Amino acid sequence: MNKRIFEELFFKGLMILATTLVAGSLLLIVGTILYKGLPYLTLDMVTKTPDGGFYIGKEGGVLNAIVGSFYIATGSTLLGLLISIPVSIYLNFYIKQQSFLSNAARLSFDVLFGIPSIVYGAFGFIIMIYLGMRASLLGGIITVTLLVIPIMIRTLDEIMGTVPKELRDAAFSLGATRWEASKVVLRQILPGIITAILLSFGRAIGDVASVMFTAGFSDNIPISPDEPAATLPLAIFFQLGSSVPEVQGRAYASALILTIIVLAITLLINLVSKKFSKHKI
Amino acid sequence: MQWRLVKDKSLSKIMLLLTVVTLSLVLFIAVGLYYRSIPILQNNSWGSLLGSSVWEPIKGNFGFFPFIMGTLWVTLIAIVIALPLCLLTTIYIKEYAPSSVKKVIIPLVNILAGIPPVIFGVWGVLFIVPLIQKYIAPSFVEFSTGYSVLAGGIVLAVMISPLIVSIITEVFNTIPQELKDASLSLGSTKWETIKKVVLKKAKPGIIAATVLAISRAFGETIAVLMVCGNVPKVPHSVLDPGYPLPALIANNYGEMLSIPLYDSALLYAALILFIIILFFNLISRIILHRLERKQN
Amino acid sequence: MAETPHISVQNLNVQIGGNPILKNISIDIPDKKITSIIGPSGCGKTTLLKTFNRLLDNSAEVKVSGKVLVDGEDIYDPNAEVTHIRKKMGLLSQRPFPLPMSIYDNIAYGPRIHGIKKRNELDFIVEKHLTATGLWHEVKDRLHSSATRLSIGQQQRLCLARGLAVEPEIILGDESTSALDPVSTNTIEKLFLELKEKYTIVLVTHILRQARRISDYIIFVYMGEIIEFGPTEEVLLNPKEKLTQEYVKGYIS
Repeated sequence: MNKRIFEELFFKGLMILATTLVAGSLLLIVGTILYKGLPYLTLDMVTKTPDGGFYIGKEGGVLNAIVGSFYIATGSTLLGLLISIPVSIYLNFYIKQQSFLSNAARLSFDVLFGIPSIVYGAFGFIIMIYLGMRASLLGGIITVTLLVIPIMIRTLDEIMGTVPKELRDAAFSLGATRWEASKVVLRQILPGIITAILLSFGRAIGDVASVMFTAGFSDNIPISPDEPAATLPLAIFFQLGSSVPEVQGRAYASALILTIIVLAITLLINLVSKKFSKHKI
Repeated sequence: MQWRLVKDKSLSKIMLLLTVVTLSLVLFIAVGLYYRSIPILQNNSWGSLLGSSVWEPIKGNFGFFPFIMGTLWVTLIAIVIALPLCLLTTIYIKEYAPSSVKKVIIPLVNILAGIPPVIFGVWGVLFIVPLIQKYIAPSFVEFSTGYSVLAGGIVLAVMISPLIVSIITEVFNTIPQELKDASLSLGSTKWETIKKVVLKKAKPGIIAATVLAISRAFGETIAVLMVCGNVPKVPHSVLDPGYPLPALIANNYGEMLSIPLYDSALLYAALILFIIILFFNLISRIILHRLERKQN
Repeated sequence: MAETPHISVQNLNVQIGGNPILKNISIDIPDKKITSIIGPSGCGKTTLLKTFNRLLDNSAEVKVSGKVLVDGEDIYDPNAEVTHIRKKMGLLSQRPFPLPMSIYDNIAYGPRIHGIKKRNELDFIVEKHLTATGLWHEVKDRLHSSATRLSIGQQQRLCLARGLAVEPEIILGDESTSALDPVSTNTIEKLFLELKEKYTIVLVTHILRQARRISDYIIFVYMGEIIEFGPTEEVLLNPKEKLTQEYVKGYIS
């Protein structure tokens, strides 16, 4: 009897240790970035673009990268939404469930979801060469859109699945067309759509491998879509590679900026889900 | 009346088009990558490319073996570290943790899932690499920079943990309370119930989670790139540097077009990565799908 | 039967996932009467009801063969227009499902999509049908509050009013009072008795007493086949078939 209780206590101890490690690693990571980055986080960093010689220690900031990342994330999220919502509506309202097309589509989106961003980056690169495009804001947006579409479709699909079938049947019974019925359901899942947007935005702003080949890099804020655009993750990466300690410090500060943005988005997602669940059926 | 129906029909056609294009994306990617890999495949067979360790692009020698091994090493280390930790964590969260603790832990794990890879890389450089260099390595070797497959594996382990925890949680949720109750009412402790009943039932799901995590780990680029040394040699110990496939592609894209066949080689690497990940992904989906079927 | 059949089912076969759920059903539903479909759980009652307004269409696993004629037209004809058919029928499900909008918008939803846009016309329709279901006085001061705030009995009456607002000819009820308390149940039953003057009503129920209280005709379905059909009193008190006798006495189900 004692042996069994002892075994349980032993594993319970292990479990607590493991949980602390896993959950605590977040605190460790954010803490390290905060510790190393805060000293270098000046107002200049967020308001100025790099002057010449930024990477060897001269003046400037990473505004180019912040804006560039925002442009790409916003552009790809919007474009992704434009494609994902019709596709989700089609999958859930127009095709028969369990039909060949329905199953093939879902399998395909699952696969697309699992493809790493570096493959999307490589593919985006191939397309751009084929179309004769240079590395640019537009190239980055297109590639990241491809990355983001499976995320959105999957999130939307899951959320549509939580709407009771009877709600849809009620609309159909009143003589609604498939399009009209889908509008009723969309209204119901609005918070879910917002969550999908935020999730995709967060992914888009932090990803490197997809923009590496396709968006290029620039010290300036892009004015037109075919100019190259800097992104925060790449800016961090480049600054980190410098041998000047001042610049490395700025890399940590940039990392801190990115971390803050992502944490803010995560907070928003939680707030949105909590706020809207009051009115649901 | 007519207009409504026309609208519905025409919207339906547009949506069908969008859907078909989107789901063909997988095909487009595969075909695109393959097409660009053809140049390098013309002179070398798949076997020689994958099996050779000689990587001298300027001379036209493209042996991908070190990179494949680099990927495998880093992934293996990550899984060995992450799987037991995440399994224990999930069991704790589901079965033992008081709700006040759960309220703190679950958000922490969820937030971890959203942190961008480059941040993990920076942390790896700031924390893990020095850790290895100063504290872990001296017990084993004379000198190490700390940049190693071990560093890559540890960073990866933290990155894939939220995924593993989330899938195993879902798997545990499918185990009916009655089953656990049946075991408990026979007098076993909670831990014994978990060990003998829950884990057995959850085994296929845990395997699926592992396979999915492996496929995620294979594809992770930037975080691993920043800490694993990027030396194109086959690693022989955890403290050796490594050079996983994604890092190869990312590091060298700038020179892609200046060395002949280099672009084809790198896109071929992307193709290999795509195929491997596709394979693992499908296996894990099949297992999870079978599980779901059994549930219903 | 002397009355004209409003719905005429001919050789209907329904398979779901390869399993035959309804086998060779042929039945005529009489006009402007209440017909109840009774039978043990899982024997196909709800499926039969759902074939009437083609709600089964959405799943690829469902295969329907045979004819269902409404006013002489086969609703399963490939050229038939499904929203037009559904408009003819109002469906009341087991649990009320108000649309996620205000009370007013719930009732106005049907008329709006079928073309009525003028405010005063919609006002009239909303008031007319809320009155018909006895809800008007209870909600007239909060027409624009969310429909989900009503009690469950009120919600079911709302769903009935909503269904009536599209001017159907037929009302389908799928165990529509089983989630309600006795008072609400009584109200809905009374409403059905009033409505049968103008509408043909088909109800699925597993409560034999309810079937006896309000129906004119009864269909007994067992294992996907129609065992018996006839006027209420006959089927319940003098059933011809042995299976019917056993069910009515409570042995099966």
